[in-house]
Amino acid sequence: MAVKMVNLTIDNHPVSVPAGTLVVDAAKKVGIEIPVFCYHPKMDPVGMCRLCLVEIGRPMVDRATNQPVLEADGSPKISFGPKLETACTTPVSEGMVVLTENDKVSEARKDILEFILTSHPLDCPVCDKGGECPLQNLTMRFGPGESRFLFDEKMRLAKQVPLGELILLDRERCIQCARCVRFQKEIVDDPVIGFSQRGRALEIVTFSDPGFDSIFSGNTTDICPVGALTTSDFRFGARPWEMNAAASLCTHCPVGCNLTINVRREARAGGRDVIKRIMPRQNESVNEIWICDKGRFAYHFTESEQRLTEPMMRKGSELVAVSWDEALQAAASRLKKAGEKTITLAGGRLSNEDLFNLCQLTSGLGGQYWMHGTMGGGDLLAQVGVGQGTNLGEFGPGSAILVVASDLHEEAPVWWLRVKQAAERGATLIVASARPTRLDRFAKCVIRYAYGEEVETVTSLVPEYKTDVSEAICAGIQGILGAENLVVFFGSDGLGLEGTTALAAACMELLVKTNHFGRANNGLIAVWPNANTQGAFELGYRPAADLASRLAEAQVAYIAAADPAGDDPALAEALRKTGFIIVQELFMTPTARMADLVLPAQAFTEREGTFVSGERRVQRYYPAVRPISGPRPDFQIAAQIAAQLGFSLEERLASLVFQRLSEAMPDFAGLTYQQLAMVEEQWPLIGRHDLYFGGTGYDNHQGLGVQLKPAAQRLEPLNLPDVPELPPLQAPEGAFLVVPITCLYDRGQTLLPTSLLHERMEKPAIYVHPKLATRVGLEDKQSFQLVLNGISTLVQVIFDENAPEGAALLPRSVGVPIQGPALAQKEIVSG
Amino acid sequence: MSGYVLLRHRDIPDLHKLDVYLANGGFAAFKKAVTAMKPEEVLKEVMDSGLRGRGGAGFPTGVKWSFLPNKIWPHYVVANADESEPGTFKDRELLESNPFQFLEGLMLSCYAVQANVGYVYLRGEFWRIAGQIDGCIADLEAAGLLGEKLYGSDYSLRLYTHLGAGAYICGEETALLESIEGNLGQPRLRPPFPATAGLYGKPTVINNVETLANVPPIIERGAAWYRTFGTEKSPGVKIFSLSGNINKPGNYELPLGTTFRELIYTHGGGIPGGRGVKAIMAAGASSTLILANDQSLDTPMDYESTQQLGAPLGSASVIVIDDSVNIAWLVRKTVNFFKHESCGKCTPCREGTFWMDNIARRLISGQGSLKDIDLLYNVASQMQGKCLCALGEFSTMAVASGIEKFRKDFEALVKT
Repeated sequence: MAVKMVNLTIDNHPVSVPAGTLVVDAAKKVGIEIPVFCYHPKMDPVGMCRLCLVEIGRPMVDRATNQPVLEADGSPKISFGPKLETACTTPVSEGMVVLTENDKVSEARKDILEFILTSHPLDCPVCDKGGECPLQNLTMRFGPGESRFLFDEKMRLAKQVPLGELILLDRERCIQCARCVRFQKEIVDDPVIGFSQRGRALEIVTFSDPGFDSIFSGNTTDICPVGALTTSDFRFGARPWEMNAAASLCTHCPVGCNLTINVRREARAGGRDVIKRIMPRQNESVNEIWICDKGRFAYHFTESEQRLTEPMMRKGSELVAVSWDEALQAAASRLKKAGEKTITLAGGRLSNEDLFNLCQLTSGLGGQYWMHGTMGGGDLLAQVGVGQGTNLGEFGPGSAILVVASDLHEEAPVWWLRVKQAAERGATLIVASARPTRLDRFAKCVIRYAYGEEVETVTSLVPEYKTDVSEAICAGIQGILGAENLVVFFGSDGLGLEGTTALAAACMELLVKTNHFGRANNGLIAVWPNANTQGAFELGYRPAADLASRLAEAQVAYIAAADPAGDDPALAEALRKTGFIIVQELFMTPTARMADLVLPAQAFTEREGTFVSGERRVQRYYPAVRPISGPRPDFQIAAQIAAQLGFSLEERLASLVFQRLSEAMPDFAGLTYQQLAMVEEQWPLIGRHDLYFGGTGYDNHQGLGVQLKPAAQRLEPLNLPDVPELPPLQAPEGAFLVVPITCLYDRGQTLLPTSLLHERMEKPAIYVHPKLATRVGLEDKQSFQLVLNGISTLVQVIFDENAPEGAALLPRSVGVPIQGPALAQKEIVSG
Repeated sequence: MSGYVLLRHRDIPDLHKLDVYLANGGFAAFKKAVTAMKPEEVLKEVMDSGLRGRGGAGFPTGVKWSFLPNKIWPHYVVANADESEPGTFKDRELLESNPFQFLEGLMLSCYAVQANVGYVYLRGEFWRIAGQIDGCIADLEAAGLLGEKLYGSDYSLRLYTHLGAGAYICGEETALLESIEGNLGQPRLRPPFPATAGLYGKPTVINNVETLANVPPIIERGAAWYRTFGTEKSPGVKIFSLSGNINKPGNYELPLGTTFRELIYTHGGGIPGGRGVKAIMAAGASSTLILANDQSLDTPMDYESTQQLGAPLGSASVIVIDDSVNIAWLVRKTVNFFKHESCGKCTPCREGTFWMDNIARRLISGQGSLKDIDLLYNVASQMQGKCLCALGEFSTMAVASGIEKFRKDFEALVKT
């Protein structure tokens, strides 16, 4: 459908923009700045602040003849209204004439700024926003030099109002633009803050308990055009101009949100770089200009005092510090001896470069390498992952999205946001899950199944198999049939390795049977537990169902960025039988404590590398801080061990490792770091001196990344796996079913060091439907010994009407090991 | 037979009771409309009558109804009973004493635009009246005058009351809609106008209580009869709420075009102590001050003539100010009111009313200077033409006209 273009002139510049464009945006596109406060290009205009007043004229039309009235020279006669109009609420129209620079407009800007400043405290010297403040900038540029308002008559208001433990409000600085209120309501569907009172007493309040209960709350501090909203993490932390900025990526989930890390060298840290805050970096194909609060705040693990700083070797029963030389030699000699009896186990937070060197080293020895994790199916994404050019931001009418077995709001918040917005724009959203999720209310069709029925649910959506299906499935099929584009998200809600692998196969079958693969905006997306699980799959790593026996039989287990002993008691048991354990880690994890050799690795903030997101976008992250002394990058450690063994692996730079990687891996063929660093202009324009427009975000200068072409898009033949049938889940007498779910704020190693989030973290608890509880004999808030896979753990019962009646829900990574659906018992404690 | 068109309860005792209202010709117009007239005939009759909105803007009622698009359904009608303008107390009398005539008008309006649901939005302080209107609605439902398939036709209608929470701004029609929807009472952006996207995003007519009370007699007796009252462009009768320095304050139902002099001296009994009239506020606190002199006193009170004095007639709440009053005191009163009632949505009104109140208070307390008078005037001018809704503009009227016409009163308060 061709977009109708509208021609107008703004300050004598001819402009042609699509119909429906607002005057303020049209001006921006040709470099004319119309200042705003309340307007934000990602939200509906409200016209409240009145700063964007401009003079607008429209061609006169003779009412009698309906013909344009012409001037003597034949040009259309323009009629200007008696009042100035708000550029942020007025759509362009043909022949419109906009004046943004004349005296009338300048006076109006000065007037409005004077009004706004009557109540503003002007505490710029101590304000966090000072230096990157739209009010400051616009006042300098358009405002009156001095105020006629008497200083003594200024309102004195509270300057530290905690809206929650994460966000603080300075009531004096607030200019009532409602950007935050609108963001919470319109963008993220968490209307937990709003205005109370009226007039000059208007104030932002929170309605929720806990306060400001939204996982996107930090974004309000970016779009706040003054220093009214600040995070408790950054508040009074640094002045913007003192900080350096580095481009990075979020490591907490597979979305791959682009970040900017602001750092400052600090005396109290012994002259080291300290991360002061994390901000979103614009990538309209990935995270737009938003990030979730986990991504924003949970970086403190990189600076934790608990980080490993020196290699350690087991001497006697103790791990003692040794030199890198000694450690590398010990590793090499053990690996050499083990040869093909080496097993390498890698975690999904390693970079592609780390994973590449590790697998090269292992292959060189003839050993085997595996991924640590309980989610499968990533190999299928190499075939039918979403096509190059996929952008959820383009989804609207004619597109469909199916989300299966994933609570996106908890597992990958920014995907949740983008899927929700796609549905609001008119995309058909089909949600299939065993329990209600925050996506349901945006879905055209919600399919509810019982845990264990994931695969057959997806299979029943294949139109040609249609037999005697429920109304919801029918609606789902209709939605899929009616769509030009279809993207399927699959997750691991209630599933383990076996279930997710089967589910991925079923999803691939659905995509292939309905011909939704091999092109942009079609294909499969996996909601992985880690940032680079997809990268590990791309490089040939697979999760192993029989990992325990493999570990038990290995002479050397080389474990990087994974904690099998902490995650699974069975693996801990197996590791006791392993000949020699090398652990490459940030922290002294339970696995590291069992190790014979511990090698300290650098955090992602200290080095560079690449990740592959769930949408198969390869993206670069850059060093943000100078590394602490001791730890080395994972890829380098592997290469240095290899050097001892006589293999030549690249150890100098991640970019050089990537060069080898792209030569070796067909999917990455031809890809370079330079390509990954390329950018193009994105809309809206943010992060420049005119930051009033989109808020204090970061413009992207360091790369938008490159989406890999799946095999299907390269027209390679497909290898369709069989869809295995899963055994039905049924609990025998005296037991009940427990399934794993993912919660955003778990108690994982990378989250716990962020004390700011402790109040919001999951406790060791299971969510139980009251009916199930009655059957099992559990009471709300009761603590009891849960026996799961033979291990007994003290957990709390939380009644949850949203939990299914057939299974209790246990969050992953809260201290109770669970790998997949499992039978549980209540331990009978005598007395 | 009553001589009144609207204030008929003054002649007919107990008119607020349904049986009394019915016995006096009540609901004849509604029955006639539903059983014998097409909706567009009702609309045409109202359009022909020249009835103009009594809430203040004076927009032709029939024209307003005709704006509703017939492609978008459902339609809604909302009666604006948020009577909050200082000096205005006409709707209250109608609601309390002649509620059925108002409700019949609302029902006729609903029928004309084929709305099946109508709302009565009452200011929060009218909670007792809201209870009474609820009773009226219950009586009408019991009598079969509201409900499904009225008079055996296909037309069904339900009415509901909605009580505000005490905000002047909710009399502004889009803020009123926000309030009904359960949101913070702040005006909406226009366009879209309520006629195309109003309550719950659907086409909506919003009419003042008094406007609606005019409709039953128009339908019953015809547009030509109605036009026998008032002037050519401002036909009909109007309730003038008379207050201030006056011997007999109260509501007066008079034809539009009655002069200020007749209202004040003939009906209102003149000024206490025989003092002179100094100024008139014709539209409550939103008024531009009218300097009282022979010419202005002899001006007919209709929408056009009053406007020629530079002051809109508004809701015709005439506040008389005698020569004992210092206009600066009056200005402070009105500014303080607007500061208290500004919703805070747009910058000029939120900050401007607060600022003007500060300056005016300073002047009144004798702490001001000559510069403050200019500043007050400047701030008012600085607000004009920049506010989101009319309230912001109204808040500057008394200030600007007060200083323009009665500057000496301000200067008298200034330290020299």
